[in-house]
Amino acid sequence: MPHYEPWSEERARTVIGEFAHLEGPLMPMLHAVQETFGHVPDAVVPMLAEMLNVSRAEVHGVVTFYHDFRHEPAGQHVLKLCRAEACQAAGGDALAAHAEHRLGCKLGETTADGRVTVEPIYCLGLCATAPSAMLDGRIVARLNERRLDALIAEAQS
Amino acid sequence: MSIRLFVPKDACAIACGADEVVAAIEAAALRRGQAVEIVRTGSRGMLWLEPLVEVETPAGRIGYGPVEEGDVEGLFEAGLLQGGDHGLRIGKPEEHPFMARQTRLTFARCGIIDPASYKDYVAHGGYKGLERALQLGPAEIIEEVKKSGLRGRGGAGFPTAIKWKTVADAQADRKYIVCNADEGDSGTFADRMIMEGDPFQLIEGMTIAGIAVGATKGFVYTRSEYPHAIWAMEKAIEIARAHGMLGMNIGGSQHSFDMEVRMGAGAYVCGEETALLDSLEGGRGTVRAKPPLPAHKGLFQKPTVINNVLSLVAVPHILADGAQKYMDFGMGRSRGTMPIQIAGNVKFGGLFETAFGITLGELVNDIGGGTASGRPVKAAQVGGPLGAYVPTWQFDLPFDYEAFAAKDALIGHGGIVVFDEAADMVKMARFAMEFCSVESCGKCTPCRIGSTRGVEVIDRIASGEKVEQNLVVLKDLCQTMKLGSLCALGGFTPYPVLSALTHFPEEFGDTPRRLEAAE
Repeated sequence: MPHYEPWSEERARTVIGEFAHLEGPLMPMLHAVQETFGHVPDAVVPMLAEMLNVSRAEVHGVVTFYHDFRHEPAGQHVLKLCRAEACQAAGGDALAAHAEHRLGCKLGETTADGRVTVEPIYCLGLCATAPSAMLDGRIVARLNERRLDALIAEAQS
Repeated sequence: MSIRLFVPKDACAIACGADEVVAAIEAAALRRGQAVEIVRTGSRGMLWLEPLVEVETPAGRIGYGPVEEGDVEGLFEAGLLQGGDHGLRIGKPEEHPFMARQTRLTFARCGIIDPASYKDYVAHGGYKGLERALQLGPAEIIEEVKKSGLRGRGGAGFPTAIKWKTVADAQADRKYIVCNADEGDSGTFADRMIMEGDPFQLIEGMTIAGIAVGATKGFVYTRSEYPHAIWAMEKAIEIARAHGMLGMNIGGSQHSFDMEVRMGAGAYVCGEETALLDSLEGGRGTVRAKPPLPAHKGLFQKPTVINNVLSLVAVPHILADGAQKYMDFGMGRSRGTMPIQIAGNVKFGGLFETAFGITLGELVNDIGGGTASGRPVKAAQVGGPLGAYVPTWQFDLPFDYEAFAAKDALIGHGGIVVFDEAADMVKMARFAMEFCSVESCGKCTPCRIGSTRGVEVIDRIASGEKVEQNLVVLKDLCQTMKLGSLCALGGFTPYPVLSALTHFPEEFGDTPRRLEAAE
């Protein structure tokens, strides 16, 4: 299970500062913020804007453009199911429906107890051994109902 | 004496349990007091056999696959370490029919060497291309690439040498090499496999490009969905620097070149080159209008070569073995080899590198072995989410940029996704539109609005609402998107939609039965 730090402006400044020397540093900075705090809090937007000498609106525009950046923290575990064509061809639709049924929430949502966020992902590049999934960064191929149930059980435990 | 075993560290192998198999092998060897050395390689590309365990024997490397954690004890009992007989034994991997039929240039080392070993890379012909490039000098390098006929492997098929020449001729204080490793197409994984299995080759290709055009800095832009590729690439960059092959005075020459890896954040459109550049600069990944071309005003408005991974890794071979040898492979204006990725509902999925000209049917049926489900093949989508669905009656189509274009299809990045007869073509057409609407950067109207309208129209057709009229609307909409979009996302989304419609019209409700049901 990933462990994230509670929000701290000072910590955010340190994390961001590590990338200040890069050309085009905003994306690496946003990734680092999310890796540290589990999401990209609003409070970080003005800090980034000031540091990079751009408007808050510009930073906000970038944060909201990319699917990866979370505005709110995710559940304790994140289960991503590949929903791209190769996985669809190999029975991914039925597995996605199964996961939604088992977890009692739709793709893109978090279970009521806050334990599991289940999300679609568009291609993990494991298309010859489809369908695929990712649980907290761990990749799993040749997914079937049995393996998916095991992943769900692991996420719920 | 320590026995050497090879187990891939490729993401696909790991996802199939390679790490657990390694742990089981280590434990089994320890119990027997047998010293083993496990080398973590890339993947050979026979992905249905992953994890593929190989053991070094006097007769060569012997493979076993697919090995599960629970198979390891039995394998040891069968004499795995001596290459003993077992149900999973496949013999020498390079003699397997799937491998023996290939022409491997860019994937020659993948699955064989340790991707984190500079020594392995050099021992297997690495850096020979750069060596010759340094002897030739910039103008001659570009001439050699031009003679080879190399075209961009990302999908557009634009001649690589022309891009390079444009950047070389541009005057600027700074130029860049950008590697497009944002491999977002479903059914493709060749870039990932190269980065994980033979990363030095990409470093070498980018370095040669840098020398050719006078660029000193390179970026590999890849996906957040590819953490293993990022680790492997970053490690290789570090090692190359330590060996003086990146940084100042590369290989003792007067040329300098360094590079870094950058990660996207889940936006498919960033695979489009100008959106990628905006993302690298730290902006929204919106598509730029061309001109200016990236070759004139690219990254940070500086002249920039932006090439796909597969284009860049072809370069060391062209330089090392000469343009003519590369040119001798292929057909028509499609020269050299193409790493083709066979995926989806297929029995023997994997990476198949071969000269252009092989037919789609050979790839899907002979090499891929048909569907994994055992049901008949219905269609194959070639070229990712923006590629056409090719029905079985067009499987005689040769893999060639022009031949595919003539049939309103595209090769794209060389990915083939096989579907069996259970595939619902209306659903697949809808998915194409939906994907486009979610991933559209929003800059141009045909893509942003057209895709949303496309989903709605297909929904109406699927529910039997004014099918005939709505089909006219859909075709018209596709035409607008095709001609009016700024980039390939909006411009090519009509390919899967129209191909599904053209080849499987009955599924779109254009039959008396569905019309009756609608009334």
